[in-house]
Amino acid sequence: MPDAPQIPENAVEAAVAAALADIAVAAHSAALRAARAAHSAEGSPLANFNAAIRDLPGDQKAAAGKLVGGARARVNEAFAAQESVILAAEERAQLAAEAVDVTAVPTRWRAGARHPLSLLMEQMSDLFISMGWEIGEGPELEHEWFNFDALNFDEDHPARAMQDTFYVEPVERHLVLRTHTSPVQIRSLLSRPLPVYVAAVGATYRTDEVDATHTPVFHQIEGIAIDRRLTMANLRGTLEHMARSLFGQGAQIRLRPNYFPFTEPSAEMDVWMPNAKGGARWIEWGGCGMVNPNVLRAAGIDPEEYQGFAFGMGIERTLMFRNGLNDMHDIVEGDVRFSQQFGMVV
Amino acid sequence: MRVPLSWLGEWVDLPEDVSLESVHESLVRVGFEEEDVHLVELTGPVVVGQVLSIEPEPQTNGKTINWCQVDVGETEPRGIVCGAHNFVVGDKVVVTLPGAVLPGPFPIAARKTYGHTSDGMIASARELGLGDEHDGILRLAALGLDDAPVGADAIHLLGLDDAAVEINVTPDRGYAFSIRGVAREYSHSTGAAFRDPALAVTPVEPVEVFPVTVDDRSPIRGTVGSRAFATRAVRGVDVTRPTPPWMVARLKLAGVRSISLPVDITNYVMFELGQPTHAYDLGILQGGFVVRRAVPGETLETLDGVVRTLSPEDLLITDDSGPIGLAGVMGGATTEISDATTDVLVEAANFDPVSIARSARRHKLPSEASKRFERGVDPTLGPIAAQRVVDLLVEFAGGTADTLGTAYSAYPASVPISFSPSRPATVIGVDYSEAEVHDALVLIGCEVQPAGDGTWLVTPPAWRPDLTDALTLVEEVARIVGYDRIPSVLPIAPPGRGLTREQSARRRAAAMLAAAGATEVLAYPFTSAAMVERFSPGEPAMKLVNPLDPQNGLLRRSLLPGLIEVARRNLSRGMTDLALFEVGTVFLPEAGVAPGTESIPPGAARPDDATLAALNAGIPPQHWHVGGLFLGDALAKQPGAAAVASSLTDALDAVRQLSLALAVDIRVSTGSHPALHPGRTAQLSVGDRAVGVAGELLPSLARELDLPRVVALVELDLDTLIELGAQQAAPTLIGTLPAATQDLSLVVPVEAPAGKVLAAVVAGAGALLEDARLVDDYRGPGLPDGRKSLTFALRFRAPDRTLTAAEASEAKLAGAAHAAELFGATVRE
Repeated sequence: MPDAPQIPENAVEAAVAAALADIAVAAHSAALRAARAAHSAEGSPLANFNAAIRDLPGDQKAAAGKLVGGARARVNEAFAAQESVILAAEERAQLAAEAVDVTAVPTRWRAGARHPLSLLMEQMSDLFISMGWEIGEGPELEHEWFNFDALNFDEDHPARAMQDTFYVEPVERHLVLRTHTSPVQIRSLLSRPLPVYVAAVGATYRTDEVDATHTPVFHQIEGIAIDRRLTMANLRGTLEHMARSLFGQGAQIRLRPNYFPFTEPSAEMDVWMPNAKGGARWIEWGGCGMVNPNVLRAAGIDPEEYQGFAFGMGIERTLMFRNGLNDMHDIVEGDVRFSQQFGMVV
Repeated sequence: MRVPLSWLGEWVDLPEDVSLESVHESLVRVGFEEEDVHLVELTGPVVVGQVLSIEPEPQTNGKTINWCQVDVGETEPRGIVCGAHNFVVGDKVVVTLPGAVLPGPFPIAARKTYGHTSDGMIASARELGLGDEHDGILRLAALGLDDAPVGADAIHLLGLDDAAVEINVTPDRGYAFSIRGVAREYSHSTGAAFRDPALAVTPVEPVEVFPVTVDDRSPIRGTVGSRAFATRAVRGVDVTRPTPPWMVARLKLAGVRSISLPVDITNYVMFELGQPTHAYDLGILQGGFVVRRAVPGETLETLDGVVRTLSPEDLLITDDSGPIGLAGVMGGATTEISDATTDVLVEAANFDPVSIARSARRHKLPSEASKRFERGVDPTLGPIAAQRVVDLLVEFAGGTADTLGTAYSAYPASVPISFSPSRPATVIGVDYSEAEVHDALVLIGCEVQPAGDGTWLVTPPAWRPDLTDALTLVEEVARIVGYDRIPSVLPIAPPGRGLTREQSARRRAAAMLAAAGATEVLAYPFTSAAMVERFSPGEPAMKLVNPLDPQNGLLRRSLLPGLIEVARRNLSRGMTDLALFEVGTVFLPEAGVAPGTESIPPGAARPDDATLAALNAGIPPQHWHVGGLFLGDALAKQPGAAAVASSLTDALDAVRQLSLALAVDIRVSTGSHPALHPGRTAQLSVGDRAVGVAGELLPSLARELDLPRVVALVELDLDTLIELGAQQAAPTLIGTLPAATQDLSLVVPVEAPAGKVLAAVVAGAGALLEDARLVDDYRGPGLPDGRKSLTFALRFRAPDRTLTAAEASEAKLAGAAHAAELFGATVRE
């Protein structure tokens, strides 16, 4: 009888012990791979024992299978455990190596900014849109009829001389840079069915040199509402709503008698600024009044049937007192540092 | 209008504790905005002194000073050094004691001078701010004040303990350019008792007529130049007498300096009543007055010494010698009062506001008189004001009122206005009672008569030519009752349609560019002829008649000059990396089209459609443009990343950003522009319409403008982009089956634009090509001279099946074939 293969238990245990020892000291993937080749791969003692099982007498196979299988399982388990430890350590090392200073990561983007006047005009327009009004428009280079005559500025009225108007050549052809957004009142009344609730925003021009509070090119928001029963109380309500939306719930409107050719009665409006820089106070905000019947007539509207109100205020001025600015130069010069303080929010 | 409180208080009761602030507050309530306050810059002690002794002491410098003992009401007299010699022992004088501050400010202290300690100063009129007289000290006897007690407060005595409020008078309320009008309004505001200064004068009817003929053959806008004319005469006056100090003080606070007694009196009456008056030397006048328009070429030397060439629209006062005054604006030099004048003719006329306004503007002579006439003067005031001047001349210049004069009036009576007492409520939104409405109208001087049908006939007072219709009366009711009664009621508008498509699109364009890193600027639209010539050569630009800076007198056709100007300003402040954009209007007059219209249609009536169309047709087109400027670094140097310089890339990226924001496909092709680099300029178009340009500024122009060498610019017609943009998105289903990707390298002539080659590939490859990008442009070894190799990354996909490699290759080669056809492209293996 040929020699039966021997799978001595102590030899198996020795192979396991040797494997576990190598696994335990494998500190990185390569060492672990070497240990696997030595102790688990084909040709390793445990693999040889495993191969020898099929040559054992039948009655010993089960016991030997159990012995060798258990040994291999212990070794494989150790491999798996050590492998996860090594992978975790290597992952950690790689992450550590990849760490950057997040406070100094380069950018592929530069920050832009809207101009605060544009933002404020959009915000004010949106308020009127939310009330169901629409935003009217008209040309900045305007015909005198729209800028003056239709608005009840008589050719010789001192009010017409009050405005320092830019005229364009030839002067006898009656074109001006609009001195206010009010020509849009007339254009809106001429082009829209009644009732009309329209606001207009945009650039306006007067021959003022730039100083702390003046600029030859400035912006206005204008509103006109013509309906059957509108009163000066509605004017005040609209202004107060606007003031609260722009300046906070504590804002109030005060009206003082004044004169404008295109309104009768006319009023100067002051706004109570609860959060004004330097303390709550009244600030002059603009002009307003009930639309003069001659303005309605100029648009072909019967003033016996319709009446309404109009108002206008300067955007620059509003920006100045709303945001605590005190020099017009910053607003008009286009220095990027100024607009970049605002970004996308006024 | 400046209102001295003492003067105001003469005609309306002021409270004991009245202050400048409280007067301002009261006047603001009735519609007079606060402008300023004016104080006499003089604080005491300033007292009446009597000269007890004068010792002249000659000095080594040749001057003689007087060492005076002056009784100022104290136990001991004070020793005062005085350089003046126009006084004698016994004279009462004004002594400013140590501690006083004279206008300047000039503080008074005891000081050593000429070997004495001068314990105060004997003051001249000028030192007290009472005029220009500085030939000597002020003797109270000269002012008729020698009975003032020694030691009395001279500030009070001279009327210098006064102050004035300055208010803004709106153009509709000329009557408030007078103490009379302001006192009335103060009374309306506070309820204080008002005494009308016009009623304090009793005009005496002239007996002998000083002839005045109004001969206006070309009334302006149908109104005769003068419709009321009063004159009065005073004889035997001494015009060299001093003006009483209280009058000087009031006039000074009102804003005019003392000139001479007769001039001061006419000014005083004008400020008090609001009626301008003029005093002529009656001895010089030749014959009566004719009030007429000037004849062409006629001249007049006005009181300010200027010889003026007159316009046929100017209204003149003439006598037999010719023009002697520009009516309502300024008197003439020839008939001016002089020290030799003994007989004075006072004129108080009413002139047409329009005529006076035009003359004042034409001759750039906005006088106190013209200011009042332009706004309308109470036509009944003439005889009253003339009489008041006469009375004051008699009192202070010692003359005798003469019976010679003129009383001409052709002024129409005020027309009653039909008025419904419920009208104020329907306009203002306040439930005024009928009594409130009635009382308010009566208070401001209206006559109110019931018309029988529940309405009223309201006759405005003579001083309110602005009250012409029911609404002007409504305003008065609201004003008198108080604007603070108006409640706040938010009206409900019918539903609106939101922003227009154009408005939304403009916002998206601006928001997009800002989000992409550009900073919005709002440049002035004024530009120079040189810049228009650079950026829009040969194109017409609108020219301002009255630019602030004649160098920049044109309206821009392009946003680029403005962006360049702003960039230069930023550069000068050390901001060297710039990405700017503007969304703004440009002005595009067309050659050969006359701007504007010949005439202006009248107001208060809707012009017919043809007229309206003509008005609009005369307004040059104005388009919204969007422009961008990029210079310096687009991305500054960073750790591990080199700087990225701005270039044409930034300008074209802005175009791509706008394409996205406006849903419009903007095509880039090789272009040219006179201000841009000939090899770096892109024409931008949508379909076959040119919509703008992008490029780098010509380096020579950049140098000339002190800009860095590379300045990338872009400008697009935003209106056109919006017009051509998609109304709404039109998406198609996206394929989800596997894609086939292939690269294609084509060898083409170097001058073939890659964009066009790409377009050819796309067109040739057909529907299976889903995406195509240029990924490389190779020039160099391995290629024939004059050729370049363009590599495109292509992605193919079919909607209904997985593409085979063969199908994708076939499509790719079809694209290559099309490019071969158009550009002689060969496939590079």
